[in-house]
Amino acid sequence: MQTIAARTFDIGYMDALAGGDTALHRLDARAKVVVTLLFIVFVVSFGRYEISRLTPFFLYPVFLVSAGELPAGYLLRKALAAAPFAFFVGAFNPFLDRAVLFHLGPLAVSGGMASFLSILLRFFLTVTAALCLVALTGVNGACAALESLGVPRVFAAQLLFLNRYLTVLAGEAGRMARARALRAFGAPPPGPSLFARLAGQLLLRSYARAERVYSAMLCRGFDGSLPLPGRSAFGRRDAAFVAAWAGLFVLFRSVDVPRALGILLTGLFK
Amino acid sequence: MNEHVIETEGLTYVYPDGTRGITGVSFKMVPGEAVALVGANGAGKSTLLQHFSGCLLPTGGTVRVGGLPVIKENLPAVRRAAGMIFQNPDDQLFMPTVFEDVAFGLRNLGAPEDEIEPRVMKALEKVGAAHLRGRQPYRLSQGEKRAAAIAAVVALEPDVLVMDEPTSNLDPLARRRLIRLLGTFGHAKLIATHDLDFALEVCGRTIVMHGGTIAADGPSAEVFRDAALLERCGLEPPPSFGPRR
Repeated sequence: MQTIAARTFDIGYMDALAGGDTALHRLDARAKVVVTLLFIVFVVSFGRYEISRLTPFFLYPVFLVSAGELPAGYLLRKALAAAPFAFFVGAFNPFLDRAVLFHLGPLAVSGGMASFLSILLRFFLTVTAALCLVALTGVNGACAALESLGVPRVFAAQLLFLNRYLTVLAGEAGRMARARALRAFGAPPPGPSLFARLAGQLLLRSYARAERVYSAMLCRGFDGSLPLPGRSAFGRRDAAFVAAWAGLFVLFRSVDVPRALGILLTGLFK
Repeated sequence: MNEHVIETEGLTYVYPDGTRGITGVSFKMVPGEAVALVGANGAGKSTLLQHFSGCLLPTGGTVRVGGLPVIKENLPAVRRAAGMIFQNPDDQLFMPTVFEDVAFGLRNLGAPEDEIEPRVMKALEKVGAAHLRGRQPYRLSQGEKRAAAIAAVVALEPDVLVMDEPTSNLDPLARRRLIRLLGTFGHAKLIATHDLDFALEVCGRTIVMHGGTIAADGPSAEVFRDAALLERCGLEPPPSFGPRR
């Protein structure tokens, strides 16, 4: 019960972080959204066995965390909480692709192991970048930016509503869990059938709430288009931010930076 | 302008499954009048209220708000004339911040962007919630949510405020604040409530609903003194009238 309550409180914490006042916070939301999207595209564009060439991309989330004064430990925990998804996506690769790709000292690394590691790296990079974006911009800012970048308004509005009502639904789920626990008298945690019934109840309650929210919107003149929060002007600093990072991403993609660094360093210490 | 802000004549609503919500409801409200709508659960209060915002359209009889018949073609004007405040503010406050929520209706009405901020702030100041402008609605106390929900409707400058159980979930202090706040509004008010003391303080007139019809309509103090009527309608006299004998 306490876990649900704590997580409910936690949902708003990212928005609270977005209320910061660093240079990154003050950037136009569209600049941050565009750079994050570019980052994701570049990260996923590498071949499936690529590991070392992904490492320079860590520069972007590290920069956002340090310049944006974001709590690194908190974001790390958030990213790790979602890690099981990535783990299960690639967990069978080492068993399916056993061809040896290279040797790391005495250790023979198979293609499956390399691709599994690559999936985990990509997942970690993209999730931390997305988390940093929300922590620096807020869900509202990100939605408004997406909408002004051409994403259909209905999708941006859906995201906005999801964020707004996640806490309400989590509260509802918490109350249902508490009601069950108070009459469970030490019974084991809910099995699949009880869990399914609780989830069904939650769905019905959400449906009823959605009807009431829709009525409240109609009463204030809603006609199908949601007026999203206003946007700021896209200035020179925003353009410079986009250009600088886009340039770096192109560099990381076209040049094998770790290899170049390795050659440079081994040359220096020869 | 029509002399009645709300006018119903033989208003009847039958739900699609055949359940009768209200039958032959007729009453009128003049500008500035505060009317309480009381009745046991299932008496038809919420069904009646939903007609004033056009969320339900009559299956019989007529309803007029701000002089306009509540029909599909008039819904935008009707919803501007009657500001509906829902029982649960969480149903009403759906935008990410209090400011954006209060601005929601104004933007839908097509108010110029430079007018929105002053009008939002004026409404928030009126309900004593100007300091909440940047807050996320789900982080507010119940009393603050209620104030923000009222501001969101008051900003639209409606002729009549239609409120569903405004005191539910409020602590005594927040309830007292709400009573004071409503006293400062010059709008006509139609308030569905189970809190008869609240009705007595805020509304000079009370309509008692029973079984989907109007069982009584008159000055609040007079209505609440009629113990037989209240008992017949599943109600009890307000606690301020002393312990029940």
